[in-house]
Amino acid sequence: MGKVVGSAGRRIALRLQRPFSPWTGKEASPVTPLPVTDVSSNPALRLSRISKRFGPLRANDAISFDLKRGEVVALLGENGAGKTTLMNILFGHYVADEGTVEAFGKPLPPGDPRAALDAGIGMVHQHFTLADNMTVQENIALGTQSLWRMRLDRAAARRRIEQLSADFGLAVDPAATVSTLSVGERQRVEILKALYREARILILDEPTAVLTPAETDALFRTLKLLVAKGLSIIFISHKLHEVMAVSDRVLVLRSGQLVGERETGSTDRKELAALMVGQEVKPAEVSPVKLGAPLLALERVSTTPYNGAGLDKVSLTLTAGEITGLAGVAGNGQAVLAALIAGIRRPTGGSISIAGREVADWSPRAALAHGVARIPEDRHAIGSIGDMSVTENVIAERYRSPRFSRMGFLNWKAAGRFAEKLIADYDVKCPSPEARIRLLSGGNMQKLILGRALDPDPAVILASQPTRGLDVGAVAYVHRMLLEARDRGAAILLISEDLEEVLALSDRIIVMSKGRFSTPSSRGERSIRELGELMAGHSAERSDHAA
Amino acid sequence: MRLEPKPAPSLAVTLLFPLAAIATTLMLTSLLVLAAGASPLSVFYLVAKGAAGSQFALLETLTRATPLIFTGLAIAVAFRAKLWNIGAEAQLYIGGVVTVLLGTGALPLPSVILIPVIMVAVMAAGALLLLGPAVLKTRFGVDEVVTTLLLNFIVLLFVSMLLQGVLKDPMGLGWPQSQKVIAEAQLPRLIQGKRLHYGFVIALASAVLVWVVMKKTVLGYEMRAVGHNSEGARFVGILVNRTLMKTALLSGGLAALAGFSEVSGLKGNLTLDLSPGYGYTGIVVAMLAMLNPLGVIASAVFVAGIFVGADAMSRAAKVPSYIADVMVATSLLTMVVAILLTRFRIRWR
Repeated sequence: MGKVVGSAGRRIALRLQRPFSPWTGKEASPVTPLPVTDVSSNPALRLSRISKRFGPLRANDAISFDLKRGEVVALLGENGAGKTTLMNILFGHYVADEGTVEAFGKPLPPGDPRAALDAGIGMVHQHFTLADNMTVQENIALGTQSLWRMRLDRAAARRRIEQLSADFGLAVDPAATVSTLSVGERQRVEILKALYREARILILDEPTAVLTPAETDALFRTLKLLVAKGLSIIFISHKLHEVMAVSDRVLVLRSGQLVGERETGSTDRKELAALMVGQEVKPAEVSPVKLGAPLLALERVSTTPYNGAGLDKVSLTLTAGEITGLAGVAGNGQAVLAALIAGIRRPTGGSISIAGREVADWSPRAALAHGVARIPEDRHAIGSIGDMSVTENVIAERYRSPRFSRMGFLNWKAAGRFAEKLIADYDVKCPSPEARIRLLSGGNMQKLILGRALDPDPAVILASQPTRGLDVGAVAYVHRMLLEARDRGAAILLISEDLEEVLALSDRIIVMSKGRFSTPSSRGERSIRELGELMAGHSAERSDHAA
Repeated sequence: MRLEPKPAPSLAVTLLFPLAAIATTLMLTSLLVLAAGASPLSVFYLVAKGAAGSQFALLETLTRATPLIFTGLAIAVAFRAKLWNIGAEAQLYIGGVVTVLLGTGALPLPSVILIPVIMVAVMAAGALLLLGPAVLKTRFGVDEVVTTLLLNFIVLLFVSMLLQGVLKDPMGLGWPQSQKVIAEAQLPRLIQGKRLHYGFVIALASAVLVWVVMKKTVLGYEMRAVGHNSEGARFVGILVNRTLMKTALLSGGLAALAGFSEVSGLKGNLTLDLSPGYGYTGIVVAMLAMLNPLGVIASAVFVAGIFVGADAMSRAAKVPSYIADVMVATSLLTMVVAILLTRFRIRWR
């Protein structure tokens, strides 16, 4: 490669590889000319008064904005602000109740992802949509060639992929199987997939959630190259510093409404934060540590892999009155560590001790019996039983105790009283204790799970991604509860992919990478950059810290 | 088209769903009745009359409902814990075998002792029969739908072998049938001279007991939790496999009681046509009842009524009584849709 110099030559190469519709066998509907030669003044994308309601919830409320050609617009908003709903409407996954979408001056038919693709809209989802058992090239070419064509033109496809990755700094081997790729590489494949289909509008949904700081920087460089070539980008995020770093313009969404629009150059993080949250958020106040006795100790524990890496002879001591924060990129063993401490996984080697005594038969029951409270990562799949009532869910960890059952019969009166107490104490909004817990919002469900875990005044608390998907108010509430439990003398392990959360709460930070721990650092000891390097798998040079 | 979860409907609305499903079933089956050249209204009237139009008809319907209550309960219990027991037919026949083994004179005991002893043995046999598939499922992940379904054929052939061999009645004129159970092992008739027997009372009592177990006890709570979300149940410390074992024991035991009740209360001996598919029809009964043990009573009476009524109707209207099978099968499908609609709202676009 490298023979083709200049945009004219590349344009010819692209024309030859125009995507085919697999349904008709014909060339996909003609796209407007590439931006370089296009002189019309239509914006890349125009959304007019988009509204979408889910039952009583207004997910999008009359949202209008234009995306100009060659700009990066950041869509900023808390979880649940309506960002993803808006993008799903744009991409044809949802149909808006009201409003229209225009791409390059042409209206986009609602509810038709195919039309969105043909109009040049490419989306990189938060959760990747790649076939793990196929190669990078196969994934990229999938669906772009007619089903009726007998032979795939592999050589041309490969040349084109290599050209695109060279042009935009998206280094990835087209022949590699996707399952062998790192998360960052997979994301590059997703972007290549969109570019291969001649996307001219790229939507990135929380693209940095799974990346290390260095990978994030590389992504931002790629985005700059893309807009230089005339692509328009919508960058969805709730992280202020990234929005400031990468965007030209910021749109702020709050509870379904567009509450602010700023040129990135003429705003600052503080203003954006205020817009996003709608009120000033005070960081949780942290009182000085009062260390107590070691409560839970893992001694050279190993496990089989589970949702990512397994543990490799790790040792960890959780001490009363201290929050230990575990940072790391997803898939490096956090899931199995959480499952291990929760009791749903057993170690293949090493030992677990509670208050100095080894527990041989580790299980959820053993964990509960030894005063380990668990706040699971996935409150829907594991933390609750969706089709059972609030009452039935809150007694789930203690239904065999004399308080809730006698002689094999449940005491529903006591259970109901307990549910009402938790609903009142933890300010849970729910129709009644008899309502199925599935009908509660994420924040209210999490409050109940928190109440269920914290009510028995546990000695050890495992909090795994405790604020994932919660709104600001609920996040602050969960943080306050964890800090209160710490001040009462609980030993807390906080596992989170949100580095800011780990930094804000933890008295001691450990970084997890490939199933191993870094040496711990105390509050404020390591900079974000240092932590980032540890997250990327560079081992700490310092090893003189006591664990 | 999408499904959105919705709040649980009130009890009154919940009760309307099976009725709506039945109404839909009648509408769908009228097409077949029309094809058979009869008037749907008169055919359904004749079915209703044949099922409940006289004391004789009503008692016959309740007699037919008795085994369906047992198998319906067995299925309701198992399905609640998402243990897919399709083998109630086999458990029923094993119940019949044990009744005959112990009830034809092997145990010379008075009725008040002999009948409870037989019931316990019958339940144990049915429970053990379902325990095998449950162990295979929990240990090796073998699909219990396959194992329990295939066990039906194995057990039926096994019973056939017994009836041609060791259990064959020497005075049976060569028919593959067992000896009659002795008088002490027989369940008395509820009304002298009629076919309805005390098995019906035992079935009603079982339904109430199962309801209490499901609603009020730790075991029922564990079974429901495992059924709704086994991963979540495991997380809170419920022993999922042990709960599935207990479910299997309860379900198998209940299904086997159907066989006991038929042999001891109605037929008197074991033959290969002891059950015209009560084990399978129990699935329909349980689904129509939305797995509610008390609802099983009503749905069993309804399904039995269709079969009994269709027999009477076919004599009068010249429509084949197989229409009953179609109605029952269709009601399963409409009920599955109705259950879906109690939990979800359909959004068109």
